[in-house]
Amino acid sequence: MKTRYSFGGDEHVYVEVDEEMSLEAFFVALSLRNAVAEANIPGVTEICPANASFEVRFNPDVISPDEMMARIKELEHKAEAGEKRLDTRIIEIPVYFQDPWTHETLMRFRERHQDPEATDLEYAARINGYDSVEAFIEAFHGQPWFVSMVGFVAGLPFLYQLVEREKQIEVPKYLRPRTDTPKHTVGIGGCFGCIYSVRGAGGYQMFGITPMTIFDPTQTVSYLQDFMVFFKPGDIVKWKPIDRAEFDRIEAAVKDGSYTPRIAQVTFDLEAFNADMASTNAKLMEALNGV
Amino acid sequence: MAFKVVKPGLSTTIQDLGRPGYFHLGIPEGGAMDRFAMRVANMLVGNDEAEAGLEAVFMGPELSFEDDTLVAVTGGEMPILVDGEPRESWTSFVVKAGQVLSFGFLKSGARIYIAFGGGIATPSALGSRSTYPIGALGGVEGRAIAAGDVIPVGKATDMTERSLDKALLAPVETPVSLRVLPDLYWHRLTPASQAQFFADEWTVAPEADRMGYRFRGGAPMEFVARDQPFGAGSDPSNIVDGCYSYGSIQVPGGQEPIVLHRDAVSGGGYFTLGAVISADMDLIGQLQPNTKVRFVEVTMEQALAARTARRERLDKIRAALG
Repeated sequence: MKTRYSFGGDEHVYVEVDEEMSLEAFFVALSLRNAVAEANIPGVTEICPANASFEVRFNPDVISPDEMMARIKELEHKAEAGEKRLDTRIIEIPVYFQDPWTHETLMRFRERHQDPEATDLEYAARINGYDSVEAFIEAFHGQPWFVSMVGFVAGLPFLYQLVEREKQIEVPKYLRPRTDTPKHTVGIGGCFGCIYSVRGAGGYQMFGITPMTIFDPTQTVSYLQDFMVFFKPGDIVKWKPIDRAEFDRIEAAVKDGSYTPRIAQVTFDLEAFNADMASTNAKLMEALNGV
Repeated sequence: MAFKVVKPGLSTTIQDLGRPGYFHLGIPEGGAMDRFAMRVANMLVGNDEAEAGLEAVFMGPELSFEDDTLVAVTGGEMPILVDGEPRESWTSFVVKAGQVLSFGFLKSGARIYIAFGGGIATPSALGSRSTYPIGALGGVEGRAIAAGDVIPVGKATDMTERSLDKALLAPVETPVSLRVLPDLYWHRLTPASQAQFFADEWTVAPEADRMGYRFRGGAPMEFVARDQPFGAGSDPSNIVDGCYSYGSIQVPGGQEPIVLHRDAVSGGGYFTLGAVISADMDLIGQLQPNTKVRFVEVTMEQALAARTARRERLDKIRAALG
């Protein structure tokens, strides 16, 4: 890991902890981001964390860009020694795989795809070495995923699969981004899963759709009344495959305010995870039992 | 106090100086593309500079007033009419109850700003009235204004008509220069490609909106060869998804640069070669498609000097109108 500092114009410092994605880089970026926040540096207006990087926005009328960067660099040693443990939550997200809406959309944008003859799922299954779409879907939802970034558009989570690197699913993004993606589409691009929080442009391969609202500017959805954005970095997600009937039932329940997401409080410890992924994941998922 | 939207124009949105603080959740700051014009419009009607007004792109709206209202129009050049009679831009004037404010065809620039004495008084969302249609936040129910909308206006403190000495405005240059501080993922480009980016003449593409401005006409970019880092994706323009700066320039596939603007996406997986400096962001908001543009390399010292010059210009205008 080699941390690289750069300026985004005269109002941002961009800190890339590592060029490649890993949970180690995520935790170092998180610790450094927290150290910057705790230092209360005058002129800082916002800190945005990403997967293996973060960005500090500042007012250069208050602090010079060089001084801003120097103050962040001073904190680097703290971050490397930082705890790689997080008190967080695991959330069950229902997903209707091979749904009609993402299917209609992916057929509409076939000429922008690597493999116009196959669906996104057929293509992803093949290039990741799975014999069938069913086996691929099983691998996709079998183990939990870690929210390593929230952003792009309002409240959209990027998720990192909690399995050995050689087992991680990886797919390219569409050759040219689509101009349309259904709201709540579950997909993947590079090694990152995502849930599209709103309808709009997108380049990730589309696998299914969740009936759960994850961004609600009106704050009328029962579990979004405190804040309009559902996810935060560090959240852990367990996908749960559902059928059309279950999808319709949950969607209606979200609408009438009777739906409560299944959530359990857990601790994620990176060292324990690296030492034994299978049993760490099993423990995380067990926490959902009885919720 | 209120006015009624007779015709909305093309995409006319309520904007103020934005909602900073939520970019880490993917909710951009938003607010007027041309902050300078929005601020001056508010000064001309005696408002706080952070009050909300209308931003209209390419085509003006038609508004009918329920009460006597002090109005000012700034930004791009577009004939201003009150019941068909011309009015001056960068000058405030009273529109009487029952009168209609309308506009002719755009002559230059891309966006006009309309300020109302007392300021637009729609509900604010996350600390701002700015419209962010993707997130359905601010504005009128999170969208651009539509025919039939009745937009509330706050109580005006004074009805003094003011006029700006246009010598105080920055001169417009052709071709337009956008000053860029190269950094971020600049090292991904070969030295020849770096030089070519600044040497080429670019034109504004039709895909230019509040989220970002796309440019075309320059040479495709060449990348320094490398094994792509894990998680980045296979294209040489891909990175592990990171945060984007306002003004940052991404070049998907190395083809067409996109400068992210006020409604920017907060992050993504494309490399960025640097950022347009803060002093030149307003200028982008006034660029029409097909405008010829050059990107000009500057140092941080030059970026800060330009920022100071912009602030001093606003200070002079404040003093002149205050």
